[in-house]
Amino acid sequence: MRAILTVIGKDQVGIIAGVSTQLAELKINILDVSQTIMSGYFTMMMMLDLSNAEANFDEIKQALAKKGEALQVQIKIQREEIFQSMHSL
Amino acid sequence: METKQILETIRMIEEEKLDIRTITMGISLLDCIDADGEKARRKIYDKITRLAENLVQTGEEIESEYGIPIINKRISVTPISLIAGATDEKDYIAFAKTLDAAAKKVGVHFIGGFSALVQKGCHKGDKILIDSIPRALAETERVCASVNVGSTRSGINMNAVRDMGVIIKKTAGLTADTQGLGCAKLVVFANAVEDNPFMAGAFHGVGEADVVINVGVSGPGVVKRALEKVKGEPFDVVAETVKKTAFKITRMGQLVGMEASKRLGVPFGIVDLSLAPTPAVGDSVAHILEEMGLESVGTHGTTAALALLNDAVKKGGVMACGHVGGLSGAFIPVSEDAGMIDAVNRGSLNLEKLEAMTAICSVGLDMIAIPGDVPAETISAMIADEAAIGVINNKTTAVRIIPAPGTNVGDRVEFGGLLGHAPVMGVHSFSSADFIARGGRIPAPIHSFKN
Repeated sequence: MRAILTVIGKDQVGIIAGVSTQLAELKINILDVSQTIMSGYFTMMMMLDLSNAEANFDEIKQALAKKGEALQVQIKIQREEIFQSMHSL
Repeated sequence: METKQILETIRMIEEEKLDIRTITMGISLLDCIDADGEKARRKIYDKITRLAENLVQTGEEIESEYGIPIINKRISVTPISLIAGATDEKDYIAFAKTLDAAAKKVGVHFIGGFSALVQKGCHKGDKILIDSIPRALAETERVCASVNVGSTRSGINMNAVRDMGVIIKKTAGLTADTQGLGCAKLVVFANAVEDNPFMAGAFHGVGEADVVINVGVSGPGVVKRALEKVKGEPFDVVAETVKKTAFKITRMGQLVGMEASKRLGVPFGIVDLSLAPTPAVGDSVAHILEEMGLESVGTHGTTAALALLNDAVKKGGVMACGHVGGLSGAFIPVSEDAGMIDAVNRGSLNLEKLEAMTAICSVGLDMIAIPGDVPAETISAMIADEAAIGVINNKTTAVRIIPAPGTNVGDRVEFGGLLGHAPVMGVHSFSSADFIARGGRIPAPIHSFKN
């Protein structure tokens, strides 16, 4: 299963490090990354491959949300299909 | 990765309240018919709880994985008048209670199908069902009732129209402690559709498969936001913008419906292309119309604005999904739409304008509170007017009206949750009693010489 991770929040040191460490711990592979600062906010998107992850989707979601709290950013994970199907046939 | 598109999708869900309004499982109860009422009810309970066992959980899983809210999970069943009519029971309250118990067991918000289709006449079961509606709605929590009193092919059954005025009043009376909340679960239709996923009017038509998943989408907030970006532009641009937005909204319905159908092992029926408002700020159909340039909804131009919106939503949505069905149009319930409520309170929106609006959109006089002392004949006459609009124009129309006991014009009726709150609206004081007393049928209209 592939999913899109979005991280939005106030920029600070260690966000990418924190998120990618957490992903590595969950055995989630990062396929693509895009990061920018939009109107002062740190905005990062990652394409993830969850096929080797051992935890189920809800557990992954919770672990990432917890990480987000620690890093003071909002982390969301959604299956890739929602983005594809909304914008294309 | 198309980062712009990803952010757009997230914004639509988080800020503009895009959601899937409902996943509705339609279940046929035709194979539960039994001359013994007890046996029939056992079969009904078993079938619903077996087929819908995982409906709510599946909905929640999809919601979590895709990150799009699915507000309601519901069930619609074959009109109960057809099932219960085989028994020799004198009322069908026990059937309503069985549906309620099954709905609670599987955890759905509403179950629709305590219904009768009497557009041309009543069989024994229809009569008993209609008479059972007030108590059925007062004594259950999640059961929704509907009665179809007219169709383009058969005209309007004015006996049923007359009876429904009385039934609505009785239902309000029996649920007076909640200001007539029972009436919010009762819809009187003309040209009712068999695959509607929206409550309170959903039932599973006899022409449908044994079990099916239908999906209703929403997203007035998304359309409103899109139109904010084309302020002052001509209507060609407005129509194009609505179409593009409706496409995106409907794609979500298609995705969720496909996924639910796959996981539940149930065929996917239709996506209902509707703009369904909620009382939440930023989720209003009225505000879309006002964004088009109307100072307050209900003023001159409202009907034209709504016509454009309704048509553009369908044009955008049709391309986005496999099968379209249900009611498919913009809903204009008063109590469930913050902009409509404001317009009534400002005095710009009245029942006459609402009636005109129902001629060009989905679905009818919906969630409107009127004073509790309005006579049954007046309510019947309002139903007759709506049915006439539907029957002549070959579209679905409906009346869901609440004569809130003990209230007067200008009072406020609180329904709570998605049903919202409604200002009590004035009706004509002139009598329609002799008109309604006639009974009989209004013949089916001719469909030539269109004018």
